[in-house]
Amino acid sequence: MNIHAIRAIYRFEMARTFRTLMQSIASPVLSTSLYFVVFGAAIGSRMGEVDGVSYGAFIIPGLIMLSLLNESISNAAFGIYMPKWAGTIYELLSAPVSYVEVVIGYVGAAATKSIVLGLLILVTARFFVAYHIEHPFWMIGFLVLTAVTFSLFGFIIGLWADDFQKLQVVPLMIMTPLTFLGGSFYSISMLPPIWQKITLFNPVVYLVSGFRWSFYGKADVDVVVSAGMTLGFMALCLIAVWWIFRTGWKLKA
Amino acid sequence: MPVIESRPDAAPSAEAIVSIRGVSKTYKSGFQALKRVDLDIRRGEIFALLGPNGAGKTTLISIVCGIVTGSEGNVLVDGHDIAHDFRSARSLIGLVPQELSTDAFESVWATVKFSRGLFGRAPDPAYLERVLRDLSLWEKRDAKIMTLSGGMKRRVLIAKALAHEPRVLFLDEPTAGVDVELRHDMWQMVHKLREAGVTIILTTHYIEEAEEMADRIGVISRGELIVVEEKTTLMRKLGKKQLSLQLQSPLSAIPADLADLPLELSADGQQLVYTFDTQTEETGIAPLLRRLSELGIDFKDLHSSESSLEDIFVSLVRSRA
Ligand SMILES: Nc1ncnc2c1ncn2[C@@H]1O[C@H](COP(=O)(O)OP(=O)(O)OP(=O)(O)O)[C@@H](O)[C@H]1O
Ligand SMILES: [Mg+2]
Repeated sequence: MNIHAIRAIYRFEMARTFRTLMQSIASPVLSTSLYFVVFGAAIGSRMGEVDGVSYGAFIIPGLIMLSLLNESISNAAFGIYMPKWAGTIYELLSAPVSYVEVVIGYVGAAATKSIVLGLLILVTARFFVAYHIEHPFWMIGFLVLTAVTFSLFGFIIGLWADDFQKLQVVPLMIMTPLTFLGGSFYSISMLPPIWQKITLFNPVVYLVSGFRWSFYGKADVDVVVSAGMTLGFMALCLIAVWWIFRTGWKLKA
Repeated sequence: MPVIESRPDAAPSAEAIVSIRGVSKTYKSGFQALKRVDLDIRRGEIFALLGPNGAGKTTLISIVCGIVTGSEGNVLVDGHDIAHDFRSARSLIGLVPQELSTDAFESVWATVKFSRGLFGRAPDPAYLERVLRDLSLWEKRDAKIMTLSGGMKRRVLIAKALAHEPRVLFLDEPTAGVDVELRHDMWQMVHKLREAGVTIILTTHYIEEAEEMADRIGVISRGELIVVEEKTTLMRKLGKKQLSLQLQSPLSAIPADLADLPLELSADGQQLVYTFDTQTEETGIAPLLRRLSELGIDFKDLHSSESSLEDIFVSLVRSRA
C-alpha cells in the first residue's frame, strides 16, 4: 500500500475544496438554510406534527441527507473527472498506485468534505429549529456511511462521464427526483397505500428513514433494513469500482 | 548459497535497464500502432527515439509507463515486470508527456509535492527546492500554473517527473515549442541527469537534438523499429560525403567517359556532385580529379559536405515508405 500516495491525493483534493470554499461549503449551507426558513419556520408553523415531531424538526434529517447525497456525488465525480478532462490523469495512471489508493484518496476527500458540510448544516439548523438527537452514534454512523457510499457512486460517475453533460445528468435527472421523493419532506405513511409500496424501491427512502430514526427514534422502515441497504449499495459501488479499474475501462487506451 | 548474487554481471538485465520484448499495440479503432517491437535501453544512456508523426513513439512510451495497455509482449524495468510488479517498475520511472497537461489552478510547489507523494516518496522539501532551482522555477514556486508561459509549464512537467528521483526518465518531445535558449538549458539538464546516473529516453523531431545529445538512436516508422544503433556508428554507416565542384564552364551532360562514377550534374550544368561512402578507405577523389583533368574539365572551387543525421533519417524513413 502506497500511503504517501493516498496522502498526496487526499491533500490535493482537500486543497481544491478550500480553494473553492464559497462554492463548495457556503452555498449548500445557504441553500439549506433557505429550506429551513421556508419549510421549517414559515410553512411548518401551520403544519401539524409528524410522528410526534414538529414539522420544522422533522425535515432536518431529510434536508441534511439531501445535501449529503448531492455533494458527495458531485464532489467525487468532479474530483476524478477533472484530471481526465485536463489530461493530468496521465500521472495517476503512471504512478505506482493501485485502484485501492486512488479510491481511498479521492473518495475519502469527497466524503470528508460532505461530512463536514452535513455537520455545518446541522449546526446551522439550530438557529432556526429546536431538535434533539436520540442516537448520536447512529447519526454519525449514517452520516459517514452515506457520505462514503455516495462519494463512491459519484466517483464511478466521474469515471464514466466523458463530457460535462454526462457529469451533470445523473445527479440532476436521477438523484434529484429520488431525493425529493425519498421522504425528506414527508413521512411515507402520509402517502396513498400503492405509493407506499412503490416508494420502497427508492434507495433514498432507507437513508432518510434511518437517519431520521437516529434523531427522533421514529422510522418509516426498520433501522436495521436501512443500514443493510446502505451497506449493500456501498458493496455494489465497491465492486463496480474494482471492475472498472481491473479492465482499465474509460481510463486507458 | 546465493551463487548468483555474488556474480551481478551474470544477470542479463544488468546492462539493460528497460527491456522491451515483442510489444504490439492495436487500438480499439483497429489501428495497429506498434508491431512487435524489441528494444533494450542500456543503463545510464541517453536514447533518442526518432520517427515521423504517428510512428508510434508516444504509444511505446505510454506502454512502458503504464498509461496504455499493450496488446502483446512484455516490458521489464530494472528486472521488474511492468504488469505484475508494477509498483517497483513504476517507482523507477519519470515521465514528461508530450501534451502540456497541468493542473491550472495549482501552484508549482503544490503540484511538485503532489507528484513526489503520488510516487510513494516521503516529503523532501530540500530536494524539491533543488529541482525547482535547477529548472529556474524556484521564483515561480507560488505561482498558479495557469499564469506560466508554455516553456515554464514544460519545465513544471519536468520538475514533476523528477520529483520522486526516478532512475529512468522519459521525455516525450521535451523541446517542442521551446525557444533556442531554453532548449540548450534543457540539453544541459539532461546531461547533468545522465551524470547522476539517470537513464534518459527522449523523442524529438529536432534531429539536431538527437545529434547533440543521444548516445544511441532508434528510428521508428509505422510502428516498426527499423534501426537501433550507436549514434556515431549510424552516422558513419549511413552517412555519405559529397564533393561539389564548381565548373569553369558549364557542361550539357556528364561525359560518357565518367559514366561509371556516382556523379550528378546540376540543372544549370555549373556544378558536378560526387557522392562517396564515408566508410571506405578509398574515397576515389584522387582518381576522379585525375580523370577530370585528362578530359580537360576545369573547376574553380570545390567543397565537401557530410550528411547530417537528418538526411540519414529522411532517407531511412523514405526507403521504408
Ligand atoms: N487512443 C488512440 N486510439 C486510436 N489510435 C490512436 C490512439 N492513440 C494513438 N493512435 C494512433 O496510433 C498511431 C501512433 O500514435 P503515437 O502518438 O504513438 O505517434 P507518435 O510517434 O508519438 O507521433 P507524434 O510524433 O506525432 O507525437 C497514430 O497513427 C495515432 O493516430
Ligand atoms: Mg508522440
